[in-house]
Order: sequence, then structure tokens, then C-alpha cells
Amino acid sequence: MAIEDDVLVIGGGLAGATAALAAADRGRQVRLVSYKQSTLRHASGLIDVLGYAPAGDGPLVDPFDALADLPEGHPYERVGSEAVRDALAFFDDIAGEAYAGSHTDANALVPTHGGTVKPTARYPVSTAAGLASDDRDALLVGFDTLPDFEAPLAASHLEAAGVPFEARGVTVRFPGITRDDAKITRYAHLLDHDESVETAAGETTARDALTETIRSHLEGESRVGFPAILGDERADAVRADLADRLGVDVFEVPMGPPSLPGMRLEDRLYDALEERGVRVTTGVPVVDYETGAGETGPNGPERIDHVVVDRNGSEIPHRADQYVLATGGLVGKGVRSERERVFEPIFDCHVPHAADRYDWFVDDVFGDQPYARFGLPVDRDLRPLDAADEPEFSNLRAAGAVLGGYDFAAEKSGAGVSLATGYVAGRRAASEGER
Amino acid sequence: MSDAERPTDDPAGDDEFEPIQVFPEAEEMDLRPGADDCYKCSTCDTNCPVAEVDDEFPGPKFQGPEQWRLKRQDDHDVDDSVMKCSNCMRCDSACPSDVPLSQMHNTARGEYVEEQMDKFSREYVRNRILANYRRLAPLGSMFPRTANFVMGLSATQWLGEKLLGISGERELPEFATETFREWWTKRGGNATSKKRAQKARAKRGGTQVQSDEKRIAYFHGCYANYNTPEVAKALVRVYEHFGYEIMVPDQHCSGTPMFANGMLEDARRSAETNVRELAAALEDGADIVASCSSCSMSIRQEYPELFDFEGTKNVAGNTWDAVEYLRVHEDLEGELEGTSIDGALADSNFAYHAPCHARNQGLDGQTMEVLAAIDGVDAHDVGDSCSGISGTYGWKAEHYETSMKIGSEMFDHMEDADAKTGLTECPTCSMQMEHGTGYEITHTLEVLEAALVGTAREAGAQ
Repeated sequence: MAIEDDVLVIGGGLAGATAALAAADRGRQVRLVSYKQSTLRHASGLIDVLGYAPAGDGPLVDPFDALADLPEGHPYERVGSEAVRDALAFFDDIAGEAYAGSHTDANALVPTHGGTVKPTARYPVSTAAGLASDDRDALLVGFDTLPDFEAPLAASHLEAAGVPFEARGVTVRFPGITRDDAKITRYAHLLDHDESVETAAGETTARDALTETIRSHLEGESRVGFPAILGDERADAVRADLADRLGVDVFEVPMGPPSLPGMRLEDRLYDALEERGVRVTTGVPVVDYETGAGETGPNGPERIDHVVVDRNGSEIPHRADQYVLATGGLVGKGVRSERERVFEPIFDCHVPHAADRYDWFVDDVFGDQPYARFGLPVDRDLRPLDAADEPEFSNLRAAGAVLGGYDFAAEKSGAGVSLATGYVAGRRAASEGER
Repeated sequence: MSDAERPTDDPAGDDEFEPIQVFPEAEEMDLRPGADDCYKCSTCDTNCPVAEVDDEFPGPKFQGPEQWRLKRQDDHDVDDSVMKCSNCMRCDSACPSDVPLSQMHNTARGEYVEEQMDKFSREYVRNRILANYRRLAPLGSMFPRTANFVMGLSATQWLGEKLLGISGERELPEFATETFREWWTKRGGNATSKKRAQKARAKRGGTQVQSDEKRIAYFHGCYANYNTPEVAKALVRVYEHFGYEIMVPDQHCSGTPMFANGMLEDARRSAETNVRELAAALEDGADIVASCSSCSMSIRQEYPELFDFEGTKNVAGNTWDAVEYLRVHEDLEGELEGTSIDGALADSNFAYHAPCHARNQGLDGQTMEVLAAIDGVDAHDVGDSCSGISGTYGWKAEHYETSMKIGSEMFDHMEDADAKTGLTECPTCSMQMEHGTGYEITHTLEVLEAALVGTAREAGAQ
């Protein structure tokens, strides 16, 4: 017996989770299979749609103004701008109170841990008091055991970037942390549980000790920014408590990997999956597939009958009516490369690339890198296309970073493309099954 | 294949490229490709339940690839923090780059115990005893009532803590008055099972007729044999219900507690016996199933990672979780449709905890999916946190507090759940669940038995 569902989504990141949620919303029995934990744990937690045009213009004030000018083959061009709006509305519904930014089409400017400013469409409420468009002076607080956030440097960078306020950075000791490489989960746990800690003044609690430390550094600023380690399960309560004690607004500055805002978003998405009855299988890879008879005659695209999941050597068949491939790009390993070729490892879908690998990159590191656009070309139904521009399979759609034709790092479009294509792939997979 | 195994440049125009062997022939396990695959994203660290609550634990990234690199210099010993790793193996499924973290931890821990731990220390003696539960259990189980009485005495618990460092906070598990293997032999062993399986196949008849014999070899592990034979009996009855003939090969401990305590030589001896016996069962046409998620984890993953006896890979590739096997080979959910439960488990709402070692096999959602087919059964998943006991870890006096801190999230969720009975597939998780909440804990196979066979009927028939 195969394990049977209506829709099978391969990949557990933002695109995969969105596809699964969108399909489940239409009443289908959905399963999501994810090999490893999703790269949401590397993600800032910001939901960007388009920060810069492909030619480099920007930061863009309104990402929607720029969608119409995107080149053919860009994922946004494939799904159309209405789908991008629908997908964002779908996300807003799932994110609820946890995210802000839905009141306007315009990009928000969120300060990052490097002191740059990132244009983004939606942002976690924990970052809301830190927006660069806000003209209140800000104190940034770093910790000497957390070298990923150098607060004085980030503050200088922000000022150099021309923010309309004064930024000042201080580095302090985090109460209760002694080791130089404490994990971000350890900081969050101390604050979540307000554990007791030893300070020079005797035993107190983590939140109390932290606010006492910060208080002496405040010089009239009405907002204080911390690296994004302010709690995990009880982040809202931690932030509110610190703000209350200090009498100022408290915000988080998104960090590099691993990232608590990314993990909180992951938790929220997986809670939503559970609520909608999506079956989730993690820790095992999809390694192979079998096709059945083509539904459009002998010359039509093949139809995937089932995929094979590997569990420590045992091969478990999983069958569904429709499949969504959301395995990520070069980082998520949904697209891989060898010396001679770039390929998609599960279905061996076509990945256009130059034959000579010296043409895969340009010498200018920050230049227009061809490899950044490697991925699957798709039709307007998000079905992967072969070298002859014909669908590879009749019942496979692709979403998220496995798609080609865009450079999410340069455009600041990673989350938006995952949402829009995940949403469309999930809805189409669900309605296809209804026919 | 990692990038490290691949040549980095191509001599111009030469198709017949022969990579040069740069490193000397490895005499021990070569973990270099795994270490090189780590790009330090630290996702593993955010999954480590110990690092979250214990300031002194440097986390899986250090214990694995970083320590491996440090060890290339002869003047570095294995850091003693490796003994703080609980071997939950959550880091394995966290890693986006396939770094074999638990394999590295097992190897480092083995080396630490072998070369740096004082063999006369209390810690070593205690760990050896805990790791070799399989050797002590037969003694307790010979006089179960006496053993249970003595071990339940507070004086015994006090002595255990003072002499051996076994936490006096925990109640030692009770020995069953009859082991599973005693019951199995009394029942007529394989011959009886064969008959019952034939009868079941005949009875299933109709569209379900299967002429070919269906056979499994059951790896029950120590706990289901000595302490919870009701789990093992449930497996037998459920499998016979589907017409399977059951074999119960000779077996030793799966090795899980030995890996966790760095007793790799003990583990090797046990694994050698198990691989030999299980490979023979495969020859006889059986597939291997296990009811304990750590036993199946050990055979499926740790054996091929650490040992290379003849047949290891074959045994690993043909070992299954007991419920998963039925799901793939039978229409388990179809069979459960319309069933309900009476007897002791009737009207139970279950608080389900997925053990880390089931999670790592991709089985974390399975129990909830399967039980949903039974009428009147309401199961609540209590979340993805670790129970904190991790086998022998939580038994050690110095780790007791860490273990309970890790478990607190699960305890809270169990108490919030609208449930009467706890449910899991791991023996030590079940001890922790009971210890932290006072719930009665049962095994998924016992629920399936109640739905498919009915406990009362079977008890009368035996």
C-alpha cells in the first residue's frame, strides 16, 4: 500500500507550507514531506515582495508598481500581480497579529543587524518599533557574547545610511550567560522563563537584570533595539515586559542564521498546518518517483503515479493526485550542481544553464551572477517545462526558490515569490483534483 | 557525495580525469566529508534541547564537526562536555547539509570513554551498569516481586544515588512477573504463531486471500521483554490478526544505551549478535519489525554508521517500525475504519508524545494519522519538544535537573491536553511522561490491539 493523499507537497519552507495550506483550504487531504528542517530557520522572518528591480533600481517605494515591468519568465510574471496580492492577503490571515505592514502597499524599511535598511512588505510586530522611517532616536543594545550583532557599528551604519534619527549603540553583558558561544535558544529560554540569574548585586531574574543593565545606558531615547533573541514561545510577553519596565518601546533587529524570527514564523505556519489537518512527515527525503499512463494521450506529458520516500533504507511509496515541488534553491538543495551540469535531483526537471561552467558566474562578486537565476522554468500554471517548453509532468507544479528566472538575494523578493507561487501552486493542485 | 570528495579543477581538455588520492588511506572511520559539509548555519544548535537549558553544553555543532577538526591536532583531547549530549539525535534531522552529527557524537563519546575516562570512577561504573541493563534485567526478572520490592525501597534509592549517582528522584521500572519470551515459549513459540497466522489468513479469506506466507521477525528489545510484555503481546496479536507468522529470534540489547554512554565495544558485541540473528531471519523470508522507536533507530541508522558486519546494511534496510510496516504492507487505516475500543482503554483521550527517535525516522505524525481512523478515539499531539529523559540520561543524578527542565514543556502540554492516558512508542519517554505528570502511559500497539482484536476476547482465548 502506498500512503495516500490528494495533494503531496515536497518541501517544508515558506513555499511548501503555503502551498499545503492553500490546498487544504480548498478541502483536499494534503501531506507535506520535508527532508530536513526548512531554511526558514535561516530566514530573517521578514516578508519582502520586491525591494529592488531586477536592473538594480531601488529601494522601491511600491513593489506593486514594479511588478508589471518584470521580464518574461520571472515567477511574478508567471502568476500575475493579482495572485501576489491574494497570496499576501492569505499570509496576513495566517500571520494574524504577529505581522504588520498590511495597511499599505508601500515597502517598510526595517533596520538589519548589519545596520543596513531592508525594504519589505510585511514584518514581525517585534520589529515594528524599529522602522527606519520613524524619526525617534534609538539605542541599540548588543551583547559581548553575541558577536553577530555589533551594536555601535550597526548604529553608525544606520546613521551613514541617512536615517532620520540619531542611533547609538552600546555593548553590555547578558545576565546569566557566561559562555562565549551560547546558543540563541539559550538567551530566549532565559527570558521566556525569566529564570533566576546571578548578578553583582545578588540573585535576580533575567528580565529584571537585563532592564537594570539597560536603564543606566539610556540617554533619553524613546526606543531600544535588541538582537532578535527576545524570547521564543513567549516573545510578545518578553518584549512587552521589557518595554514596560524600561518605559520605552522595545524592538528586535533581525539577525542572520540561525534566526528566532524565522523559527517563530515556522512555528506559526506549522500550527496552521495542524489546524487545517495537513499531514506532515519530516526527516525523510523523497528520492524517486514512478510514472503512470499519460492522461493526454501517448504524446502528452507523463503523469506521476507515486513518489518514493526513503526511511533509513526502507522505501515508502507515497501516492497523491497532484504534486507540488517546493524543495528550495541552491541553499535548500532543491537545485544542485556538479562539474558538468546543474540539475533538479528528484524529478530531474530541466534546469537551463550554460554548457561551460565558466559561464555560470561573473568575476564581480556582487555583479549580475547567472547562477543566482538557476532554477526551473515553468508555464503559467507553474508546471515545470522541459527543454522544448513542454510540461515535464501533467500533475507536478513547482513553487519557491526551486524556480528560476529571478535573483531573490539582489531583488529582495525571496519570501514574496515563495508566498505567491506556493499559493498559486497549492490552489491549482487542489482545483485540478476536483475536476 | 560531498564537495570534498570531488576534484576542484579539471585539467584542460582531458576527459579521462583521474582524481589524485591526497589523504592517506583511512584506518578508522573517515568523517572528513561530513565535517566539510558543515557550513555553520547552526540550525543544529537551535534544536538541541540540552543547549537550551544548560549553560555548560556547547551544542551539537561543536561536538560534531568542530571537535572533529580540533582532533586532527594530536594535542587535543575530546572535550568532556561530550558526556552532556543526551543522544536524542534531533540535530541529525535538523541539518540542511547532511552532516552526520550523531555519528560524530557517538564516535567522539566512544573515544572519550575509551581513552580519557577513569575505568574505576563511579561515573564509569554507573554508566556501564545503566548501559548494560540487558545483563542485569534477567536477575531482577528471575525474582520479580522481590526485585520490585527491594528497588522500591527508599533505602535502595538513597544508596543508588549515593553510591552510583543514579537519581533517587526516579522510581525504577517494575519487572513483569512473566517476561515476554517466557510467555512466548509457553504459548508454543513460532509453531503456534504459524498456525494462528494460517487461521487468520483463512478467516480473512474473500478478497483478502493471500496464498503466500507472511512472516516477520520481531525485535522486541529489552524493555518490552522484561518490563512491558503487554506491548510485545499486543504486537503479536495485531500481526497475527493480519495473518503474519511471527518469529522471535535470539537477540541482545539494540545498543541504544551503550551508544549514549560511549560503550562502543559493548554495543559492537550486541550489534554483532543482532545482525547475525536478524540476517538469518531475513534469509528465512521474514522482514524485521520493532516496537521500540529507539531500537529501530539503532538498527536502521546507528548500525550502518558505526559497524560493518556482514549483512549490516541489509538488516538495516529491512528493519521497520511495527506500525509503519502494517501501514505500508496492509490497509491498516481501512481495517481500523469503524472499529472502536472497549476494555481498559475505552473512552480514553490520549496525550501523544512523538519520541525524538521516531521523529528522526519520519514517523512523528504517524500515530495521530492512524488513530484518527478509530471511532471515539481522540488523540492530542503534545508538541515537538523532547521529553528530556533520553534513555539513561535522565537517570543520572547530575543530569536529572536538566532532564526535567527539558521535559517541562511536554509536561505542561500534557496537563493542558484534554486526555486521560499518555501515549508514546519509547519506553523511557513513557517513564518520563509518567514521572512528570502521573499519567498512565500506553503504547500505540496496545491501542491498535484493543481496536482490532479486543483485549478481553484474546485474554479469554489464551
